[in-house]
Amino acid sequence: MSDTSHGVGGLSFDRSKRTLPAEAGVAIALVLIVVVFELLGRVLMHDSFLFNTRENVPGIFNQARLQIIILQVSIIGIIALGVTQVILTGGIDLSSGSVVGMTAMIAMSFAQAGQINGMDNTRAVFFDRGWVDLPVIIPVVIGLLCGTACGLINGLFIAYTKIPPFIATLGMMVSARGLAKWWTAGQPVSFPTPGYASIGAGMMPVIIFACLAILFHLILKYTVYGKHTYAIGSNEAAARMSGINVARHKVLVYTLAGLLGGIAAIVLSSKNLTAQAGMGVMYELDAIAMAVIGGISLSGGRGTILGTVLGALIFGVIISGFTFLRLDAYYQEMVKGAIIVGAVVLDQWRQRRVAARS
Amino acid sequence: MASDIQTDISGADAPAPSAPLGDVILRTEGLTKHYGGVHALVDCNFEIRKGEHVAIMGDNGAGKSTFVRQITAVEKRTAGKVWFNGQYVDFDGPLAAREAGIETVFQTLALADHLDVPDNLFLGREIRKFNLGPFSILDYKAMREATKRGLERTGVKIPNIRNTIQNMSGGQRQCVAIARTATFHSKLTIMDEPTAALGVQETAQVENIIRTLKEQGEPLILISHNMRQVMDLCDRIVVWRRGRICANLRKEDTDGEDVVAYITGAKTQPEYDTAA
Repeated sequence: MSDTSHGVGGLSFDRSKRTLPAEAGVAIALVLIVVVFELLGRVLMHDSFLFNTRENVPGIFNQARLQIIILQVSIIGIIALGVTQVILTGGIDLSSGSVVGMTAMIAMSFAQAGQINGMDNTRAVFFDRGWVDLPVIIPVVIGLLCGTACGLINGLFIAYTKIPPFIATLGMMVSARGLAKWWTAGQPVSFPTPGYASIGAGMMPVIIFACLAILFHLILKYTVYGKHTYAIGSNEAAARMSGINVARHKVLVYTLAGLLGGIAAIVLSSKNLTAQAGMGVMYELDAIAMAVIGGISLSGGRGTILGTVLGALIFGVIISGFTFLRLDAYYQEMVKGAIIVGAVVLDQWRQRRVAARS
Repeated sequence: MASDIQTDISGADAPAPSAPLGDVILRTEGLTKHYGGVHALVDCNFEIRKGEHVAIMGDNGAGKSTFVRQITAVEKRTAGKVWFNGQYVDFDGPLAAREAGIETVFQTLALADHLDVPDNLFLGREIRKFNLGPFSILDYKAMREATKRGLERTGVKIPNIRNTIQNMSGGQRQCVAIARTATFHSKLTIMDEPTAALGVQETAQVENIIRTLKEQGEPLILISHNMRQVMDLCDRIVVWRRGRICANLRKEDTDGEDVVAYITGAKTQPEYDTAA
């Protein structure tokens, strides 16, 4: 028939060109939060949040504060990269904090120095077996394998037993924490070799986080893996009908999340020069919060790594800002909780608006 | 009333087709599907020739969608044989069926809301620049260009193919789902109630695409409840009732009232008498 009927429903304005990407909103929020802290600082503390006010230190910005902000979010940020992918498929990973604790304990016990200040380090976990002063590659590989194995177990359970990700990863969360405590009967593992200690020294965590963020940004955007991750989160039935092996893909996603947890554990234990069974408690929730604040939709299919990185920065700025304003840590936690809920409410509201338009 | 096509299918369970396939693109013999004790599909002998548009009609629960799910391998058939494009086939999954050339527009649109048009068209069979297993690099440019060609062939107009599906109207979504078939030069297209959820103008848009497919000689199986649409677009109507085929009617030999009589069970063609 005539051409006009072809175009019906298509000739109206193109909505996608009129809405900013979700990341733009997150970036604006980041700037606004910085401005608010700057203003509050000027009024309440008579000091600048962002800028350098000391005359004996060079530079325009308060470089020390900026470094702390990114340094303190970079390790949880590494976990958040994996959690982001899990959430994109419509799942959730509650185990990452415990996996970090367990992996840190195990990796660290293969990274211990044989001597401290010229004395034998007899308290090293494997001192009796002579597994001290091992080349740095050994604890690193063991740590990566350990994290990957946890992710693989999560993935296999979720993909092939069809139990909800919430339950599967909750089980891993409890079990991994138990294993972390059992490993040394609750004793901390300390004194790594200089090689291991150099992994997380200085600004290394930030560099590692940045490299991984760029890598996974590219993977999600330009590879089949990324496309299928979004497709499964967007419409799992459609993905299955399109011939995507949904189960296998989920195993891969959770395994990668475990691997990233392993990397975070190595960096964290190296930075702290010690590993304890209680390491990484609540990291899983902080990582989920970073992703959610960064615009990753908990119902899956929407969000980007860039969003998570921005979410992590917002997270860091808020913690740093509260410390700057000398507010108690209690308030920090209360506000953190409110921000997480607020971000989810905002996401729901945004989705309803999209649904209402079409 | 019986069509010449149906009479030469015996339904015998011989390994070779009981009659020469000739220009038959798809034939089923004795196709059966049980869900536990529920016999959703019983002994269905069906065929469609090249260039033919066949409508499948029947009441809710008559077995129409079940039939489609068996030939597209979304489900595994309980019994029966299927020949497609001259060969006996037993697809091990929907992707195998698609690769062989059966494209389906499902009742529930199999589209990912957060992806754009090319992503959806190529979902599960992306064009790759370098093959690195799951981490293969996507060739976005090639997929966009193939998408544009597919849309042109079907006469679908979508202002911006990089728009995500969630920003589109119901008609546009349906068009994207249909354009998927044109992009891949399918040998057989199946549409399961493609206009059930659409408005008048959007329905017209989809029907135009179906006419374009007819002009291009693409065979089509159309499941529809819309009698006017079926009479407008199809050459032949096969009626299902309680899991069995109960009539096979050429459009010229029938009318709406007659078809309704078969759907409701008032009439059954003699050769399908067991269905009653």
